[in-house]
Amino acid sequence: MTTTQPRSVPKPVFTDAEAGAKVFPDSGLRRFNYFTPQKRKQSHYEDVTVEVQPDPRHYLTQGWLYAFADGRGGYPLEWTKLKAWGQDRPEPVRGPGSGGKGYDWPAHGWHEFRDPNEEWELTLYRYNANVVRQLNQNVEAARQAKAFEQWNRNWVHFVAQHVGAWMHVDHGLGLYLFANANRRAPTNMHNNAISVNSMHRIRAAQDLALYNLTLSEEIEDFDGTAHLSTWNEDPAWQGVREVSERLTGIDDWCEAVFAANVVFEPLVGELFRSNLVQQAAPANGDFVTPTLIGAEEFDYSERDLRYTRVMFDLLVNDREFADHNRGILQEWLSDWVPRCITAARTLQPLWSQPDAKPPRFEDGLDRAKSRFGGILSDLGLQAPKELGQ
Amino acid sequence: MSRQSVAKAHQKIQELSWEPAYHEPVSQYGTDYTFRKAKKKDPLKQVLRSYFPMQEEKDHRVYGAEDGAIRGNMFRQVQERWLEWQKLFLSIIPLPEISAARAMPLLFRTVPNPELHNGQAIQMIDEVRHSTIQQNLKRLYMQNYIDPAGFNSSLRNFQNDYCGTIGRQFAEGFITGDAITAASIYLTIVAETAFTNTLFVAMPAEAAANGDYLLPTVFHSVQSDESRHISNGYATLLMALSDEGNHQLLERDLRYAWWNNHAVVDAAIGTFIEYGTKDRRKDRESYAEMWRRWIYDDYYRSYLVPLEKYGLVIPHDLIEEAWNRIWNKGYVHEVAQFFATGWLANYWRIDPMTDEDFEWFEHKYPGWYDKYGKWWENYNRLSVPNGHHPIVAEDVDYVYPHRCWTCMVPCLIREDMVMDKVDGQWRTYCSEPCRWTDAEAFRPVYQGRQTPNMGQLVGAREWETLYHGWNWADVVSDMGFVRDDGKTMVAQPHLDLDPKKMWTLDHLRRMPEVQSPNVLLNQMSDDERAAFQADYNRQGPAGRPAPAQPAQG
Repeated sequence: MTTTQPRSVPKPVFTDAEAGAKVFPDSGLRRFNYFTPQKRKQSHYEDVTVEVQPDPRHYLTQGWLYAFADGRGGYPLEWTKLKAWGQDRPEPVRGPGSGGKGYDWPAHGWHEFRDPNEEWELTLYRYNANVVRQLNQNVEAARQAKAFEQWNRNWVHFVAQHVGAWMHVDHGLGLYLFANANRRAPTNMHNNAISVNSMHRIRAAQDLALYNLTLSEEIEDFDGTAHLSTWNEDPAWQGVREVSERLTGIDDWCEAVFAANVVFEPLVGELFRSNLVQQAAPANGDFVTPTLIGAEEFDYSERDLRYTRVMFDLLVNDREFADHNRGILQEWLSDWVPRCITAARTLQPLWSQPDAKPPRFEDGLDRAKSRFGGILSDLGLQAPKELGQ
Repeated sequence: MSRQSVAKAHQKIQELSWEPAYHEPVSQYGTDYTFRKAKKKDPLKQVLRSYFPMQEEKDHRVYGAEDGAIRGNMFRQVQERWLEWQKLFLSIIPLPEISAARAMPLLFRTVPNPELHNGQAIQMIDEVRHSTIQQNLKRLYMQNYIDPAGFNSSLRNFQNDYCGTIGRQFAEGFITGDAITAASIYLTIVAETAFTNTLFVAMPAEAAANGDYLLPTVFHSVQSDESRHISNGYATLLMALSDEGNHQLLERDLRYAWWNNHAVVDAAIGTFIEYGTKDRRKDRESYAEMWRRWIYDDYYRSYLVPLEKYGLVIPHDLIEEAWNRIWNKGYVHEVAQFFATGWLANYWRIDPMTDEDFEWFEHKYPGWYDKYGKWWENYNRLSVPNGHHPIVAEDVDYVYPHRCWTCMVPCLIREDMVMDKVDGQWRTYCSEPCRWTDAEAFRPVYQGRQTPNMGQLVGAREWETLYHGWNWADVVSDMGFVRDDGKTMVAQPHLDLDPKKMWTLDHLRRMPEVQSPNVLLNQMSDDERAAFQADYNRQGPAGRPAPAQPAQG
């Protein structure tokens, strides 16, 4: 006969502590009430995002508790030259007997931004997991179908060198521009959107790197290191590299996002991806590379540009600082458009390298400029004269 | 692409980084550390191709469990005592999480290891996951738990409340000051490696014992990401140790980070686990027992001590003193008593301890009743309004404490309270290490060495200062801790939701005004201040006034 020691376990207790069990003050108030939703009803995205990053101008009665060596704590508004309404009012001063009250929420216009993609953890993992799963399947299907054997010889080199070189742009901007900027913006909505943008770029960089590895294994004379020498030495890429590095050197977080997503991506990124690789690949026997490049194109045009437009649209229509902001954005356009046009033109030799030629470089650049002009027009900004270069 | 080994894939993605040829990335954060001799490697070996589907799968499990909890009426079985403390915990924790995401860029330029930057970027997005998944859990509690008050105003509350302020250090400390001090030593080496064990493992176990299996579902999922972050911290620490010039700074930062984490996390989590539970089985672990296992044995002895051979100076004295405060000086009990004393300034309900609670405390902490029992009996007696004040304004043998300027937990172990005049202001500290943190460590010169990148402690660090001379009803209104009838308080010192038994602003109007201990301290003469300190150091335990001195002569 065996005996069993009774195990020590917590006892379930019926507490009837569920919603609606009693009526009392606040018993029906089941929505977060510390912010004003953008629409009539607050969204799930807003609930998990808004106000997580505090601001002493409305709440945060005791102020920031830690500061940098220069005495600045938290998320200084002056980390960008752009301004949102209300921000020039002095930060509430709290001291003996002051009470804690700041300005009424939101206190300034930065808090009005909402990511139109409504990104939070559930959405970002779902989206990116779908992308990598689909890409894996595409590449695996191509591998099994021996699809890489159909590639023109020159196209093999083109993918090794030039498609490969683009991974460095994605990686550099993903880490040192976007991830870096996620520390800089004054609200959680901005910083979360920027961090998701960062992961798109880093994922795209890794997608290309791992694709490159597969091609090294599948194609006999595919040079898996050619992307490095191309990025480091090929004169056609030095314009892109120079401007990419310069982008990572920007201090102002708004300028960084603007220069990357409003200027660089349409004029250089989409020029390379949509007007070169996507156009040239099919005729050179490649139906696989466009799926990777297309995924990145979708990241940008349907997700990253989407939040960027909304972010800057608020600023150029700001009820207090619209003119100020437009003026600065025009200055940034004057700075970044010529740099990006120079980078784009430096890429021109790539158009002649595949055996089956894509549409002419000038046609592609015209399309890129037209697309860029449309983005500026939506934001009420003027294309700088340098666009004609 | 799909058949590559993790090692091969990870090796390949190392080809992504490049040395700048034309322009350096922007340098926005400083450190006094150097990394001249460091070997460079990424311990994480995580590629996004596998990372995203893995996280998605973890999400499936979390959200499936959440659906199951609602369908299964989990809230019919949750203990209100437990859920009430979650109003505090879940108002605090999403900010430290997102601050950890924001902290990662501090390391990009200061730690010259491109391999490691990959791991830091993944940690960044992990932290976005943690912050939003925790906000979502709080939203679910708000929608399904009997009393949404305090959840529904969560982030305004947290940002206005003194308990929130204590917790906020556990976020702001990650993102400001010397980049390595903040984002590496304070965040990854101490907070994540040591204290997430009690936060995300010990506490969820207690949640489950109180009928709440969603907290374990979410926080164990969160904790499964933490091992990656610990690897990031460990790699950076080993790099830092390679330069001997860093050793003095490492010693400083470990002392500060250890002591502040102990003061803040043990105060909060210790209270949740010991005073927020209804599980009084004698064989369930106390917080002290958990701490001994998770932090003393697993972190201190298994993680920190082996690093001594690499030259790390470990603050053995502070680790032993933290244990001494928990085990012998009643740190958690003193904090819980203080939170309950100040229940009216909070945004959750704290119910009285019962005979069953008393018995458990006495069993786990022999001598507990003699110290704290009488006070909790008074708390029970004064919990329903009946012509008396809230306990803070009644004579229950409790001296309202001063705040520690550094950790902002009050100076509850009265004999350890020290004072100093810093930046022209008299400040009280809960302990000598907290005085040292403010007066010596967070300064531009440390032990004669220039430390221009070290951060500063700033802000209105004593909450009572803001309300010096205010009526309590106005204080609670100003903070917004009032329910939708405009007068019933969010906080209550019991769990009875019968409106006739709930405290309202009207009950507070007759109370004496709030007095700021720090304002009063700075109005004292030198002699008065010395006498005040001598008296304070003789107070306690359990906040008792100092015993009368025998007449001299």
